[in-house]
Amino acid sequence: MSADDRAKHVYWILIVAPLAVLAAFYLYPLSKVLYLSVTVPTPGLGNFAKLVDSSAVQRILLTTARICVITTTISLILGYLIAYTALHVRRGHETWILFVVLLCFWLSVLIRAFAWLTLLQSRGVVNTVLMDLGLIATPLALVRNEFGVILGMVHYMIPYAVLPLYANMKGIDPRLVPAARGLGASPLEAFWKVYLPMSLPGIISAGMLVFIFSLGFYITPALLGGGKTLMIAEYIAVQIIETLNWGMGTMLASTLLLVVFAIIAAMARFVDLRQVFGVK
Amino acid sequence: MTYGQRTQSGRGPAVFTTWVVLLFLLLPVTMVIPVSFTPHRYLSLPGAEWSLRHYATLLTDPSWLRSIRDSLVVACASTAIAVAMGTACAIGCWRVSSRLSEALRIVMLAPIIVPTIVHALGFYQAWVQFGLIDTYAGLIGAHAVKGAPYVVIAVSASLANVDLRLEQAARNLGATVWQTLGRVIVPSAKPGMLAGAIFAFITSWDELVVNLFITSRNVYTLPRKIWDGIQDNINPAVAAVATVLIVLTLAATLARVLYERRTAAPEEE
Repeated sequence: MSADDRAKHVYWILIVAPLAVLAAFYLYPLSKVLYLSVTVPTPGLGNFAKLVDSSAVQRILLTTARICVITTTISLILGYLIAYTALHVRRGHETWILFVVLLCFWLSVLIRAFAWLTLLQSRGVVNTVLMDLGLIATPLALVRNEFGVILGMVHYMIPYAVLPLYANMKGIDPRLVPAARGLGASPLEAFWKVYLPMSLPGIISAGMLVFIFSLGFYITPALLGGGKTLMIAEYIAVQIIETLNWGMGTMLASTLLLVVFAIIAAMARFVDLRQVFGVK
Repeated sequence: MTYGQRTQSGRGPAVFTTWVVLLFLLLPVTMVIPVSFTPHRYLSLPGAEWSLRHYATLLTDPSWLRSIRDSLVVACASTAIAVAMGTACAIGCWRVSSRLSEALRIVMLAPIIVPTIVHALGFYQAWVQFGLIDTYAGLIGAHAVKGAPYVVIAVSASLANVDLRLEQAARNLGATVWQTLGRVIVPSAKPGMLAGAIFAFITSWDELVVNLFITSRNVYTLPRKIWDGIQDNINPAVAAVATVLIVLTLAATLARVLYERRTAAPEEE
């Protein structure tokens, strides 16, 4: 065996060793979830039949889908605006815009959900101030409902939308829009027909990331939904922790997993996944 | 690169709306700070009187101190394992660079893509079988595999600009594979290892969902303590701990932004 072959073996071991750990301590646990979903309480697809039969399950799926679509749309629009502005203001301002985005990005999800709770609950800061000013007589229901959940999720997701969009827009040649303007396009036309299509890969990446993360969100909906607005992740946790219904819980978890993979597979046709996840 | 467009006029509404959105991002964060100084036993804005009693709770209540200690232990240990796993994988993939290794690298990223609730159930099931429920080893292991993908990403980025021939050259000059790794490749990977380590540490430090499923009394981390503090009638000590974490995050982010600004070539102003 030549020295080169030996070297190659070492590098393959470097790849295989961590993968073996991943297989034992991650992929195996995941396979257990999939396995339980078709074996508990009885073997077969009985659990999955509830996706079509049970109106409770369908209500949860519908709520989850609705909240995720709304969250993704709002986060993308606001994220696009922030990324675009950051690249078109003075450099000093750009630094501060990115600073705020990164600060929120790094801040604990639990702390952020808690902060919204402090602000919005019935004896919270907003209601207290409004009542002291005499603008309202009874506290507004700002939290423990879908409004609170969406607010908290949009707040969490905006940085996740900004960062891929910003990375994409940074690569757009800044001379293109002036060129289009020089050729007679109005500012709106230049944006709509030149800039927006160029930023489409960024929009797809950001949209996919935000939507996937939103689907499995647990902490924010649990705290800001107050048990009234149930999304799928919290519903799964309730199945396991409170009713010990492993069949239903793992079935929903498997469904969630398959939906996420289906979305990624569909999106792989439009964007380079390695780029989205930053390994290229 | 030139930004010919930077200070062009006519973008007023977009710029204004952006600052409004940024205020929205900062709003809840800033409001927690005064709340943490409330003299009351419930969450409220302090009136005329400000109090440090909730900070005193943090420093004197053994359960808060213990949760901070547990979080530090778990985060440090899991970060070390994640860095080892992630760096090895990224270096191997960088050198081998075949279709198969590229595919395997994507597999390593699974813990980022799979929704947390799904692997939380899996960890619970497997950890029961392995006897790891409510142990430090169990939580450290789960956090390590969750953190490893971030290290893979960061180290891969560091190595992306390193010439593959460097490895060849080192060995042609007589270095063994291990010497090449230790003296040539790992030093090039160091910035990525550091960035990945920070990501892995924060992932573990913030992690709650897996925690809720695989720990109970024995291992009791800070997010768990905060979660219980919120559930049980919202203890204002949570606002104090939130303020501390906000200040720490602020300092770290500021340091990073200022550092990048200093190292980046001055282009304007």
